[in-house]
Amino acid sequence: MSDSPHLRIELLSQPRYLAPARAMVAALSQRYGFSDCEGNQIALALDEALCNVINHGYERRSDGPIWISVWPIDDPPNGIKIRIEDNGRQVDLTTIRSRNLDDVRPGGLGVFIMKRIMDDVEYTHRPGGGMQLVLTKRKSHNTSCGEDPLAVDGREDPHG
Amino acid sequence: MADENRLDVQVETQEQTIIVRPVGDIDLACSPTLRSELMRVQGERFVRIVVDLSAVPYMDSSGVATLVEAMQIALRNGTRLVLCGLQDRVRSIFEIARLDSVFTIAGSQEDALTV
Repeated sequence: MSDSPHLRIELLSQPRYLAPARAMVAALSQRYGFSDCEGNQIALALDEALCNVINHGYERRSDGPIWISVWPIDDPPNGIKIRIEDNGRQVDLTTIRSRNLDDVRPGGLGVFIMKRIMDDVEYTHRPGGGMQLVLTKRKSHNTSCGEDPLAVDGREDPHG
Repeated sequence: MADENRLDVQVETQEQTIIVRPVGDIDLACSPTLRSELMRVQGERFVRIVVDLSAVPYMDSSGVATLVEAMQIALRNGTRLVLCGLQDRVRSIFEIARLDSVFTIAGSQEDALTV
């Protein structure tokens, strides 16, 4: 995999750009060999990442830049790597975790969903400010598409 | 310019039930519209609120959070809240978040009216 992303876009921290970003990543995932269902789930993971940036990184400010970079993973098993960067508030990395789902309440599901869908979810502080999140997904026979999505454990979560 | 963050929400009353039918994707851009509509109908104290999701092809966790909040308010009010018509992509986020057993989910609007 080359260091340079195969695709890189910049958008503002506005919810109206979620749908086009999802469509782009779903289409790319399918180009990289994922099924429609898997592509849609990867797009959901991206959506949750962007929502966290808008809500928590930029605290609903609408003028914050967000950069999305995408690479194919060409060494088997193939897959996709997505990097999301922002210039927003830096969050203490130890506070980013999934919440207990037994506590039924609105919100706080984003990181859980990302971890449930993707193989790797890695937050770091971006040099110079902001956050960087790298999402990685490789093709696998073990997919939640068409299988019991409750079978995988994951109990850390987000900002709440 | 049209308000691209708005969601079309159709509302219909059948005796003691109010049916709320959003049309379109429900994400962070549109979930506030659904939240406002659900808050409004909660104030009318129907016996049952049916949220018909058959015209919702996509929902993210902001939509799920909106429905969790509505369910909790309905519980406090003694109102029954029933979801119906979930498409596969929408059902999968409820399953991923392990909320499919928390909500009352009916297959169709007709079924929801008998729950």
